[in-house]
Amino acid sequence: MKIPGFQPRKPLTGRQKWILTLLSFVLPVGLWSVVSYVPFVWHPVILVRSVGGSSALEQGERVDPAFFQAENQKLAAEGKPLAAGLRANPIFLPSPGRVFEAFFKAFTTPPRRVGDPWLAESLWHSIQIIFWGFFLSSLIGVPLGILAGTYGFFKGLFEPFIEFFRYLPAPAFGALTVAIWGINDGPKIAIIFIGTFFQQVLVISNTTAKCDTTLLEAAQTMGARGVRLLSSVVIPSVLPDVYRDQRILLGWAWTYLIVSEVVGTSSGITFFIDQQAKYREYANVFAAISMIGLIGIATDMVLGWLGRFFFPWRRLEGKEA
Amino acid sequence: MDWSLPDYKSQTSEVRARFEALKARPVMLDVQGLGKVFPSRKKSETVLKDIGFQVHRREFLSIIGPSGCGKSTLIRIVAGLEQASSGTVKLENTPVEGPGPDRGMVFQNYSLFPWQTVLGNVRFPLILQGHGASIAEAEARTWIDIVGLADYEEYYPSQLSGGMRQRVAIARALAAKPKVLLMDEPFGALDAQTRSKMQAYLLEIWRKVDVTVLFITHDLDEAVFLSDRILVLKAHPGEVQELIEVPLPQPRNSAHTLTPEFLAVRRRLDELIHPQGDDDAEKFEMLRLAPAGDEVL
Repeated sequence: MKIPGFQPRKPLTGRQKWILTLLSFVLPVGLWSVVSYVPFVWHPVILVRSVGGSSALEQGERVDPAFFQAENQKLAAEGKPLAAGLRANPIFLPSPGRVFEAFFKAFTTPPRRVGDPWLAESLWHSIQIIFWGFFLSSLIGVPLGILAGTYGFFKGLFEPFIEFFRYLPAPAFGALTVAIWGINDGPKIAIIFIGTFFQQVLVISNTTAKCDTTLLEAAQTMGARGVRLLSSVVIPSVLPDVYRDQRILLGWAWTYLIVSEVVGTSSGITFFIDQQAKYREYANVFAAISMIGLIGIATDMVLGWLGRFFFPWRRLEGKEA
Repeated sequence: MDWSLPDYKSQTSEVRARFEALKARPVMLDVQGLGKVFPSRKKSETVLKDIGFQVHRREFLSIIGPSGCGKSTLIRIVAGLEQASSGTVKLENTPVEGPGPDRGMVFQNYSLFPWQTVLGNVRFPLILQGHGASIAEAEARTWIDIVGLADYEEYYPSQLSGGMRQRVAIARALAAKPKVLLMDEPFGALDAQTRSKMQAYLLEIWRKVDVTVLFITHDLDEAVFLSDRILVLKAHPGEVQELIEVPLPQPRNSAHTLTPEFLAVRRRLDELIHPQGDDDAEKFEMLRLAPAGDEVL
């Protein structure tokens, strides 16, 4: 019998793909649900429902079962009413239901401290930081990468230094960026720029270098030369691949977000997550983290969809846009 | 069996008159003493040595030779895509330096711009030459029409068959109005049927358009069928063996491939490119795996 999806290099049917996509989310969430809702799987602590005669316990507190039992034995010996409790998970692992609820509620819950940003404001701030960091990096990095991938002069001049610089971890520049740009958004944008730019030049240069030489030769025999070769042949021929690189690089930029947001004054989604963790609202923490993932994947899907629009010939060639 | 064929050098009066007229035409392309050496650390390799030939205006000249004879290098030097180590290439008495639109080139792998439609590809050289968009478009359409792809203007290269792609490449090369059309094994990637169709097509286009053709191939039949003259090279190093005048009239059709004159040239090419003794050299000892008494002969 042939099991679908287990023949080497054979593509899945649309239906199979759809089922597997669903499963890839259902499985981890299912595991999480089992851990959360089936008591004997984990549930290492006791959630106190009523304290009975105890003065050591507090209602709603999560305590060690051994301590809880010892307390109840003490109460029984003293003839006081017993405390009641349920087995529960630690507070840092809320159930999927709680997180799902928090996902919507978090937007409508006003910040506890007056003057703190709402969730939507925090998210919007993060998106702006990402946008500016990535935009400024691309503004210089993409043209530089294309030049380095086309002309030996630029490759020789820029790449050795960039090869060195890209090993310097962006967060290491935190203190320096604050010294230069102050404590607000400047250093955050700078960190994302540093984290993205150097990889970007190398990746785009590499992609540009893959431009088919015979296309350049064909254009030359038709009379194209100089900058015209760059603008009419090199750039259009590598543009779809550069676009794909940019999608991947944008994903990397997101990974620098959290680091950048603790530089200077904490802000954006990182500030929100920190605050919620301080209030022990871990459902909100989970919700905020998964929002980052959702925004990332949604952006990438939109860009992928736009790519099919921009580069219609790519699909005809059977390549991804 | 009687294999008596006429001498490949004997020409009918009609063919002779044609060659006289052809040679009276001005020299379009003049290659003299051309050499190419690829330097390497151990010992430099001579790829081309003292190549000389002339192509007259509107002539169809093919270059043929065994693999490794440097025929591709030769056409790339003529195109200006590679530098010669010695010798000169002159186009209408002017030495060529670097690639230019006076020498259009058609490559084996089509080299069409995948991001542009058929129309966009053919329009490209016209816009390069500074024509306005509407004039370039109208002229591009004329060329697309000539290669019979009027219904495919809006198609991308990836949507076309190999033969159609090569027709677009020819239209694009011709749109630049080259004096010489350089073709580097243009039909090498096509299947046999498409290839023979494309050969007939090319002859038809060549008759209609004022262009001189320099054609590289390793296919003997293709060379005989298409060419006025065939320059035969030998390998290691690439040197001229013979310049053959094909004693067939023009225009040609597939019936010509069965004439004694065609076969005589075909046999001569075979002698030059696969010299006597080559066949014997290829016989090799082999283990017998079929049962005895079960001969296929």
